[in-house]
Amino acid sequence: MQETTEAILQQAVRHAVDTKTPVNITGGNSKAFLGRELDGVPLSTCAHQGILNYHPSELIITARAGTLLSAMEQTLAEHGQMLAFEPPYFADTATLGGTIACGLSGPRRPFTGSARDFVLGCKLINGKAEIVSFGGEVIKNVAGYDVARLMAGAMGTLGVLLEVSLKVLPLPILELTSCFELEPSDAISKMAALASRSLPVSGLSYDGRILYVRLSGSEKAVKVSADKIGGDAAIADRSFWRQLNEQHLDFFQEDMNLWRIVVPPATAQLDLAGTWFYDWCGGLRWLKSDEPAQRIFAAAEKAQGHADLFKGKDRRGDVFQPLTGTLQQLNRNIKRAFDPAGIFNPNRLYRDW
Amino acid sequence: MITIQPHASETIRHQIDRMVLIKEFKTFLPQASIIFEKEALKPFECDGLSAYRCLPWLVVLPETIEQIQRIVRFCYQLDVPVVARGAGTGLAGGAMPLANGVLLSLAKLNRMLEIDIANRLAVVQPGVRNLAISQAVAPFGLYYAPDPSSQIACTIGGNVAENSGGVHCLKYGLTTHNILRVKMLTMDGELVTIGSHGLDSAGLDLLALMVGSEGMLGIIVEVTVKLLPIPEKAKVVLAAFDDIEKAGQAVAEIIAAGLIPAGLEMMDKAAIQAVEDFIHAGYPKNAEAILLCELDGTRQQVEEELDKAVALLTDSGAVEVKIAQSEHERQKMWAGRKSAFPAAGRMSPDYYCMDGTIPRRFLAEMLKNISGLSEKYGLAVANVFHAGDGNLHPLILYNANHEGELEKAEQLGGEILKLSVELGGTITGEHGVGVEKINHMCIQFADNELTQFHAVKSAFDEKGLLNPGKAVPTLHRCAEFGAMHVHHGEVAHPELDRF
Repeated sequence: MQETTEAILQQAVRHAVDTKTPVNITGGNSKAFLGRELDGVPLSTCAHQGILNYHPSELIITARAGTLLSAMEQTLAEHGQMLAFEPPYFADTATLGGTIACGLSGPRRPFTGSARDFVLGCKLINGKAEIVSFGGEVIKNVAGYDVARLMAGAMGTLGVLLEVSLKVLPLPILELTSCFELEPSDAISKMAALASRSLPVSGLSYDGRILYVRLSGSEKAVKVSADKIGGDAAIADRSFWRQLNEQHLDFFQEDMNLWRIVVPPATAQLDLAGTWFYDWCGGLRWLKSDEPAQRIFAAAEKAQGHADLFKGKDRRGDVFQPLTGTLQQLNRNIKRAFDPAGIFNPNRLYRDW
Repeated sequence: MITIQPHASETIRHQIDRMVLIKEFKTFLPQASIIFEKEALKPFECDGLSAYRCLPWLVVLPETIEQIQRIVRFCYQLDVPVVARGAGTGLAGGAMPLANGVLLSLAKLNRMLEIDIANRLAVVQPGVRNLAISQAVAPFGLYYAPDPSSQIACTIGGNVAENSGGVHCLKYGLTTHNILRVKMLTMDGELVTIGSHGLDSAGLDLLALMVGSEGMLGIIVEVTVKLLPIPEKAKVVLAAFDDIEKAGQAVAEIIAAGLIPAGLEMMDKAAIQAVEDFIHAGYPKNAEAILLCELDGTRQQVEEELDKAVALLTDSGAVEVKIAQSEHERQKMWAGRKSAFPAAGRMSPDYYCMDGTIPRRFLAEMLKNISGLSEKYGLAVANVFHAGDGNLHPLILYNANHEGELEKAEQLGGEILKLSVELGGTITGEHGVGVEKINHMCIQFADNELTQFHAVKSAFDEKGLLNPGKAVPTLHRCAEFGAMHVHHGEVAHPELDRF
């Protein structure tokens, strides 16, 4: 099986290289809305499925890129473990490869780490149609440049992921959510205060009125911590965090531009018109707004952060925060280092590559 | 004589007279910051791996980013290679100087620029010491998590270059998980900010490439580290075993049970005895192996997890399980582990520390093999082990004054590295490749993978002037190394998955 799907993908890439035909790499199409519009022959990794190696006592799992995220999480849950970066699905069809290529992480991210933090290794097809592996299946590994983590969030612009190895963590025994009704500026300082204390916090998000605090860990620790921080447990819906991560909350239902703005968490409210939803202790700010893209990019940059048009009407313009200067040049150079013919997902990240 | 030598294909050649650089550097650096006299160069001839030495051509100690900019720009124009150096505590020869290159010490850039409590970060210059960061932010209840054993002396710039680890990696990650942003100079002197003070940043994750790049991609001139709240409580339990395999099993049980200890360290009999003779840490000297398991977090979390850990250790057949009853006792238990290297140094005139990582389930097999190799080469080996994450530090004891012993130690070490790769692990978990393991990169990576690394290097440093001859071997080197080491064109254990 492995040889077959892997060989088919490699052959497809070789053909694309030879004929200089751009490809549009797809997994389960669950995040097809993300990034700039692109042309290209679809190259699906869906058939390349299967968990290859899972050792619960070593905290690692390796699977093929087309493996359903749900299948992985189910297998992990059977052993009391999880993907601790809490990847959003956006559809049941979400795959491991797409999850890593998009590099998105859920509410737990500021406390346990991001998708890229949990990547230990990967196998991919590069732009010369070669199959290459980087990193591995051990937690500590500093041999060679950390190419495996570079793949996280690269939106498939550097290669076709074939296999990914991830570190996993135990599922918490208990999770509780407490709520506080607060003004926006108070919410920002409350979140900073909670994140600075030795508490088993695993989620801090704020919907403009209510601050949601999730605690995760062993039973007594969570209960005692919940008592310590106070707040109101009654109005917290158990499914809140899932709904937030999957964007099923009412906030996300409106049909208008949705911006994902990442800034230092304690940043004061940004001067942009629209409605806000804060996650990641204030470090991730969802904004529904009709403000022009340039104004939003400028505001994010001024706040030492960046903005992406997460769900937008115009996907032909800049979707990700534009790069400038030497940083832009280095990004281009790296793209060329992996994909000299420029065939992988051209224009999906940036308009000139 | 050491067996790892510079390779012609990795050498930058130039005909520039050293005086040309000295003259130029004198226009913007104080006299004392330019070192070129033999006696003064001597302290810079090696890093923490003292078996590998090279007297530098020229050492500069700039104090500002602008000075570094002028230095690298000038070197870039003349095609003179540059090696960056922090505190020189690295264990792989990553900062070993060149006989025809500039050694750029960042030690004088040692100021903390900003401590941002609300965002839990600190902005520091590369020459700030690792421990100094935690000390500076302790009054705010925060600390910087990665704690390499050299943390008193090693600098954050070096930590970033090497992606340093420590005893708390399993729970808190390596340097790469704890850095938000770096400012670096490219070899042609352009200042670039990579990463941000937010939790992710625009474009490709170049920060992932920078951390652990061993000074090959840019000169790091500023680092923003992530700070964490100091855990309310930390407790350590010591378990002694009469069989090292049981100790390995106990580690697997602890992790499978859902505990993520802050530290989980193992030492074998030779290491225990060395440490006990050295500092009397209170380790049972007749044990075959001991485990130190530290749990941290809130008071309740530590209590609950400690109970679980003690039960698991006892069930796994520990002959003795001892909880440190006071902070003093906890420190003493850790002092033993942390002094394992100097203790080895006391047992033997020289020791050579290896750094492979293996999937932990192969621990028993690995230790059996190491003991076989120890016998084969006639050199004693003491093992300390970051058991939680599979990172093994065999300490090969030798005497450099005995003809041929260093070579034997190197060969023994080489075989351990090869075995680490064969077992599905890596040649280096936290020390880096440097010059030391450059040959063994040829075992771990195929030609097209090494070629990909070279393409990454060229994307940052087209002329290849930054730290040449380190970390990533040329295919020429590998061809020669392979010719020496591959027997009958076959690798051992072909049945093992080599992903």
